[in-house]
Amino acid sequence: MKTLTINGKNHNIEAQGDMPLLWAIRDIIGLTGTKYGCGISQCGACSILIDGEVVRSCSLPVSYGIGKQITTIEGKTDNLEILRKAWEEINVPQCGYCQSGQLMAATSLLNNNPNPTDQDIDKAMSGNICRCGTYPRIRKAIHTAVKLKNK
Amino acid sequence: MEGMQNMSRRNFVKVFGLASGGLIIGCQFSSEKKIVRIDDGTTFTPNLFVQLKKDGKLILVCSRSEMGQGIRTSLTSAIADEMEADWNYVSVEQATGDKKFGNQNTDGSRSVRTILDPMRKMGATAKAMLISAAAKKWQVSESDCTAEMHYVINKNNNKKLFFGDLVEDTMQIEIPKDVTLKDKKDFKYIGKTLKSIDIKDFTHGSAIYGLDARLPNMKFATIARCPSAFGTVKSFDKTNTLKVAGVESVVELEQVKKPFGMFGGVAVIATNTWAAIQGRNNLDITWNNGKNGKYDSKKYKQKITNRLHNKAKVVPPTTGNVNTAFSKASQIVEATYQLPHLAHAPMETPNALAWVHDGKCEVWAPLQDPQTARADTAAYLGIDLKDVTINVTFLGGGFGRKSKPDFVNEAVALSKKINAPVQVVWTREDDVQNSYYHATSAQYLKASLDKNGTVTGWLHRTAFPSINSTFMPKVDYAAGWEIGQGMNNNPFEIENTRFENAKAEAYVRIGWLRSVCAIFHSFGINSFIDELADKAQKDPLQFKLDLIGKDKIREENSPHPLNTKRLKNVINIAAKKANWGRNLPEGHGLGIAFYYSFYSYVATVVEVSVINNKVKLHNIWTVLDCGMILNKDNVLNQMQGAAVFGTSIALHGKITAKDGAIEQSNFHDYKMARMNDIPPIDVTLVESDEAPTGVGEPGVPPVAPAITNAIFNATGKRYRSLPLSDHGLV
Repeated sequence: MKTLTINGKNHNIEAQGDMPLLWAIRDIIGLTGTKYGCGISQCGACSILIDGEVVRSCSLPVSYGIGKQITTIEGKTDNLEILRKAWEEINVPQCGYCQSGQLMAATSLLNNNPNPTDQDIDKAMSGNICRCGTYPRIRKAIHTAVKLKNK
Repeated sequence: MEGMQNMSRRNFVKVFGLASGGLIIGCQFSSEKKIVRIDDGTTFTPNLFVQLKKDGKLILVCSRSEMGQGIRTSLTSAIADEMEADWNYVSVEQATGDKKFGNQNTDGSRSVRTILDPMRKMGATAKAMLISAAAKKWQVSESDCTAEMHYVINKNNNKKLFFGDLVEDTMQIEIPKDVTLKDKKDFKYIGKTLKSIDIKDFTHGSAIYGLDARLPNMKFATIARCPSAFGTVKSFDKTNTLKVAGVESVVELEQVKKPFGMFGGVAVIATNTWAAIQGRNNLDITWNNGKNGKYDSKKYKQKITNRLHNKAKVVPPTTGNVNTAFSKASQIVEATYQLPHLAHAPMETPNALAWVHDGKCEVWAPLQDPQTARADTAAYLGIDLKDVTINVTFLGGGFGRKSKPDFVNEAVALSKKINAPVQVVWTREDDVQNSYYHATSAQYLKASLDKNGTVTGWLHRTAFPSINSTFMPKVDYAAGWEIGQGMNNNPFEIENTRFENAKAEAYVRIGWLRSVCAIFHSFGINSFIDELADKAQKDPLQFKLDLIGKDKIREENSPHPLNTKRLKNVINIAAKKANWGRNLPEGHGLGIAFYYSFYSYVATVVEVSVINNKVKLHNIWTVLDCGMILNKDNVLNQMQGAAVFGTSIALHGKITAKDGAIEQSNFHDYKMARMNDIPPIDVTLVESDEAPTGVGEPGVPPVAPAITNAIFNATGKRYRSLPLSDHGLV
């Protein structure tokens, strides 16, 4: 039995320690907002926060998450909430599938850099693929979130 | 691509009765002419789209699949607008795959184009009936009443009746024979911007995609498929697979030899996806690679190119005599263009959850064409259509891949074999390596210029494996509709033209991918006319406008014939937006390209720089004329996305095969444009009252040639093949 703390709630699960967090979160715990996209840390769809920093859950084992604070798209943090508002205002998503990961990466960015430039945004967000091509809107929404926050 | 449809001849509305305390209005319409696209074959049958509840809640049904194009918001907003409904009361229900909803095949950029009017009429009919009910109650004439924001209003005294309170009265009202649609100036939602009705689900991770479908006691499966198309299992050893914790069984799947039939292979059934993936890694399989086991896409591309240079079949129309024109030419220009296979790579890989039990089957999957999945499932199981339910989830991208439901076939077959609900999960490797590929292609173009630099002769030869090869045996030449995606019907005014198609057999499954044959034909044509402008020593913009010539509407049997005035208009706007002709910084270049596809007009200008042999995009300006616009922000989003999709094709897009197997496997070697590849994208939408035309696809074809034309402008180097990463530019 292993315990994962996700969005402030403890989950006791039976899983091999080497199972990636992604599959434990999706298939065992049942939180499906975190997405599978590539399984090899190339697309960022599976992004989650561990202690406030963005990581790729497809490539980190369950054992890595034990004893740490995990936040998924089903969770709530101040920066995530403000980013959600901005995403909704800018009407960012198309298919929406990658947006959980995009929002996680953006949350991590704002956690570390409260006022990012376009270059900072490009650097922080280029690990996340959006096949629909919402990149210009994501960039805009991150700036909008900063404005909303400073209001 | 599809036949004409006559909206006005449809029989219209029918009341289906009160259900759970609400009024349900559906429409019944039939089409005089069948859609002739090869994957269709359905006709319009009775439908149900509008449900008004007594508490005012309005459930609008979306019959088309949501894959990012915003269709759940746009189509339903047209019903709501005509109904004078308050959008805050609206929720959208996704239709199951069922003929009663009419054609549901969500591809070909056709949803708004073909069913906007029926949706509007549905709303208008609902409004008319609500007004009649209120008028009867107030004992006034209908013309004394109007509807606004979910209320019927008595114009004489401003009394109001809430839509929800009229539900029962409406049941006594006869269906109006004819309804008047709103005037454009009165639109509340149509032509405006409505944010996605699903936005909060997208930002909270609560939108349910196929991969998120869950049932109690469901199993997860991965399938090992032969690396070469249609290869089969010779033998396998499952010993090490069964040692993986969580793996429950290993099942061999047969191949189904019909369109969208499954490849077959060896399936690993497990209690979670990870175990199914690990178990599959441990399988030891020997394959019969079959007739495609020697496919080498590099050699193949050269083979079809050689054919182009030798012999090809003439396809109509031919005008004048190109040989005469060539013999009198002051200059002859010729060029060959080659493009690779592509895979769709939607962010959500193909998947399906199926449960076969008690002679019935229920499926949850991300499907662009749920009716085909339903029919194929019924046929596979040998049960009635009525016993198959296809639930359409959100699609995490589609781009054409999810209109080919081989993955449903797999889930259905496995569920039947193991007698449990099972979700088949394609890994990214499966998606890249076992897809229906966009055709690799070669084109040869030859033209004559007279002493004034005017094009007098035009020969265009094309070769690519046909999509029809996926559906029929022995298809070695392109289909008419494929050639017709801009090749033998280019918009130019040239006296002598000839079009030819060379043989190209298929060694992988060929399938349509966003914009289909317009991708390579646009690349060939837009590159070649840029080369011609250079040889004629003319400004490319003016040269191209001259080549299109005078204003004309092309006579053809099309619901939206090409109007060259509209084409030239988008080109001129794009050039103006980009400030065409301005002085550019050192190493920078501007390139323009345009294309008419899916009945819409698009022109794109790209500004690039090439410094130290690396290309960088600085700006994209793109202009669309798609006739009347349903949801403005949706259209903007699609055009921005198309620019990114086209950039991926230009910079990175390449699928190759060797010994029958696809050489790429995941996003590290089948790359996509990322945020740092993408410059600001400026989109202009032309205001128009013309009938609405395609939006999802038309933005893609001009992007790649606009980029290569810009590189030529910057460097004088012409790139006639993609991706640019092959040339060391990325």
